[in-house]
Amino acid sequence: MNQTLKTYALFALVAVLIVGTGLLQSWNTALVILNMGLVSAVMALGVNLQWGIAGLFNVGVMGFVALGGLAVVLTSVAPVPEAWAAGGPRALFALVLGAAIIAVSALVWKKTRMGWAMALLLIAGFILYRWVRDDAVNAIEAVNPAVTGFLGGLGLPVVLAWPVGGLLAAGAAWVIGKTALGLRSDYLAIATLGISEIVIAVLKNEEWLSRGVKNVNGLPRPMPYETDLQADTDFVTSAAHWGLDPATASTLYVKIGYSLMFAVVLVVLLVLAQLALKSPWGRMMRAIRDNETAARAMGKDVTFRHLQVFVLGSAICGIAGAMMTTLDGQLVPTTYQPLRYTFLIWVMVIVGGSGNNLGAILGGMLIWFFWVQVEPLGQAVMQVATSGMSDGSWLKDHLLGSVQHMRLLTMGVILLLVLRFSPRGLLPER
Amino acid sequence: MDFLNAIVALANFVLIPAMTYGSQLALGALGVTMIYGILRFSNFAHGDTMAFGTMVTILVTWLLQSWGVSLGPLPTALLAVPFGIAGTAALVLFTDRAVYRFYRGQKAKPIIFVMVSIGVMFIYNGLTRFVLGTDDIRFADGERFIISAGDFKRATGLSEGLGLKTTEVLTVVTAVIVVVALFRFLNHTRTGKSMRAYSDNEDLALLSGISPERVVVVTWIIVAGLITIAGVLYGLDKSYKPFTYFQLLLPIFAAAIVGGLGNPLGAIAGGFVIAFSEVGITYAWKKVLGYLLPDALAPDSLVQLLATEYKFAVSFMILVIVLLFKPTGLFKGKSV
Repeated sequence: MNQTLKTYALFALVAVLIVGTGLLQSWNTALVILNMGLVSAVMALGVNLQWGIAGLFNVGVMGFVALGGLAVVLTSVAPVPEAWAAGGPRALFALVLGAAIIAVSALVWKKTRMGWAMALLLIAGFILYRWVRDDAVNAIEAVNPAVTGFLGGLGLPVVLAWPVGGLLAAGAAWVIGKTALGLRSDYLAIATLGISEIVIAVLKNEEWLSRGVKNVNGLPRPMPYETDLQADTDFVTSAAHWGLDPATASTLYVKIGYSLMFAVVLVVLLVLAQLALKSPWGRMMRAIRDNETAARAMGKDVTFRHLQVFVLGSAICGIAGAMMTTLDGQLVPTTYQPLRYTFLIWVMVIVGGSGNNLGAILGGMLIWFFWVQVEPLGQAVMQVATSGMSDGSWLKDHLLGSVQHMRLLTMGVILLLVLRFSPRGLLPER
Repeated sequence: MDFLNAIVALANFVLIPAMTYGSQLALGALGVTMIYGILRFSNFAHGDTMAFGTMVTILVTWLLQSWGVSLGPLPTALLAVPFGIAGTAALVLFTDRAVYRFYRGQKAKPIIFVMVSIGVMFIYNGLTRFVLGTDDIRFADGERFIISAGDFKRATGLSEGLGLKTTEVLTVVTAVIVVVALFRFLNHTRTGKSMRAYSDNEDLALLSGISPERVVVVTWIIVAGLITIAGVLYGLDKSYKPFTYFQLLLPIFAAAIVGGLGNPLGAIAGGFVIAFSEVGITYAWKKVLGYLLPDALAPDSLVQLLATEYKFAVSFMILVIVLLFKPTGLFKGKSV
C-alpha cells in the first residue's frame, strides 16, 4: 500500500474510532477525547520536531506543558490590586535581580575563569536576592490567602495566553539548551527530566506566582458557559430545531467550539512544520541528525541549530500546555505527572512515526484514544477473566480495583512492540 | 555559644539523615553505573526496578509476618530481601532476554536503548502499581530506635536530642558490607575481572575469550541485588511508594554522573555529595546557628536556603555545575 493511501486510511480509522465512541457511548465523551487528542497531537508535533527531525532527546515535555499552563494564569486571570500594592513591584524586581546576578556571574566566569570569584558572587547575590524577595513574597501571600494570595495575571483575553505559553516555554528551553546541548545525548535527557521536575516544584511552591497547591480555579474561558447558553432563548429554540434538549446542546456547543479552535492551531502549526521540513532548513536539520560530523564539515553550526530547534519544539509544547489548561479551566500543579505528560507523548511520536509530522499527529490522536479507552476495555476484560471467581473474594476485588494501572502496562507493551517490529512507526519518514 | 548542642542538632538533623540517604543513593547509583559500564546505556527503568524489588520483598515480609516469623529487634524485611533479589533478578534477566538482547545484537545506538528502557519502565510501573497500588506502605517492624531523642536528653542533660533509628544504622552497615563485597568481587574474582575488562575495552575482552552474554547476565544479577537492597533500605527508612521510587531516578542519575558514569567509586562519592547537599540546602539552619552565634546575631528567619520540595533542584544544580566544569565527573568516568 502506498504511503499516501495509508495516511488517509489511518486518519480515517481515527475518525471512525471517535465517531464510533460518539455513537456507542456518547457524543460528549467522543468530543472530550477529540479535544485532548488535538492537544496531544500538538505536543507530539513539538516533540517530533526535536526528535524526529533533529534527533534531540527531550524528556522534559511535562515542564514545558506546565509552563504553558502557568502562562494561562499569568495572562488571563484578573490582577489582584491589593497583592500588587503589598509587594508586586518588589517581587518582580527580585526576579530581575536574580536573573541579573546569574548573568553577571556567568560573564565573570567567561572573562576571568576565576571559579572562586564566581562562587562568591553567586553566594552574595543569593543572599541579596532572598533579602529582597522574602518580604515581598510574604506580603503578597498574606493578602486574603483563602481566595487569592497571589499576584494574579494581566487580565487579558485567554487566547492570548497560548502564544505567551509558547514564549515562556521557549525562554526556559533557551536556558536549558544553552547549558545542556552539546553534551552527550543522554545527558540532555537527564537534564530535561530534571528541569521538568523543577518547573513543577516551582508551580507547587511559589504561591505568589501560581497559588501553588491551592490551585487556580475558574480561569477565563474563550467559550461561553453552558448555563448562560441554556438561559439564552435563541440558543434554546435553535437547539430544539435540531431536536436536542438545551443541556446536551450547550455542552456539545462548547466542546465543538474548543475542537474548532484547537484544530485551527493544529493545522497552522502542521502547515508551518511541513513547510519547515521541506525547506532547505529542514534538509539541513535532517543532515545534522544523520551525520553531525559531516554537517559540521559542511560549515553548519550544529550547536546553534540544535538550540534553535530545541527552542522551537519546546515552544510548541508550551502552546499545547496553554491550550490544555484553557480547556480544563484550572491550573492544578499536582496533576502534572511525567508518565502522562512526558513519556506518553514519546509513545505517541514513536508509534506515529518519528520524523513524519502527520505521523506525530496520528500517533497523538490514536494513542490518546487508547489511553482513554483502555480503562473501560480493561474493566470489561477483567470482568470476564474474573467471572469464574466467587464474588467478594479478595483476589477478584483486587484485580477489579487495579484495572486502571493496566493502561501503563499497555502503553509499555505498545512502545516495545513498535520499537522492535516497526521502529519507523505507523507512518514512516519519507 | 553552645557547641555541644549545636553539634548534636547538626548530627540529628543533617549528618545522620544525609549519611543514610547517601548510602541508599550510592547503592542505586552503583547499579546505574554498572549498567552504563557494561551495557552502555542509561537505564530509565532503574527507579521502577527498585520499586519492583521492594514490592517482592514487602510481599514476602507480609507472608513471613503472617507465619509469625520475626527477627526480634531487626525488621523482618531483612529475611525477605534474598527473595526480593531473586525475584528482581528473574525479572531483569527475562527483560534482557525478551527486550535488550535483540538491540545488543543489532548494535543499536545508546539512545535507542534509552527509549526501550522507557518502555520497560512503563511495564514495571504498571506491574508494581497493579500489585500493590499507589499508596504509601510502611513495612518496617522491630525496634524503631536504637537511641531515642528523649533517652539521649535524659542521659546527657543536653537540651537537644539525638535520635538514632534502627533503619539508619542498618542502612549504613548494609551499604558498607555490600560495597566491600562488590569491590572484592570486581577486583579479585575471575568473573569480576572479566567484567571490568569488558567495560574498559569490549573488543579486546571479546578477543581474549570473555563470553559477553555471561558478563551481561552477571551484571544484571548484581544490579538486581544492589537495587533491591537500596530500595528495601529506602523503604524501611522512609516508606514504599511507587511514584517516589520513580522520582529517585533523578538523584540516582545525578549521583552516578557527578561521580563519573561507569566508575563504581565515583558512584559512591556522588551518592554522598548529592545527599549531603540535598539535606544541607533544604535544612532550616536556624537552630544550629542559634546555638553557635551570640544572641545578638541569632537569626530570626529559618535560614533555609531552599524549600524542601526543591530537593530535586539541588541534585540537578550540582549535576549541571559538574557537567559544565568537569564533564566526565569527579572521578574519571566514560563519555561515549
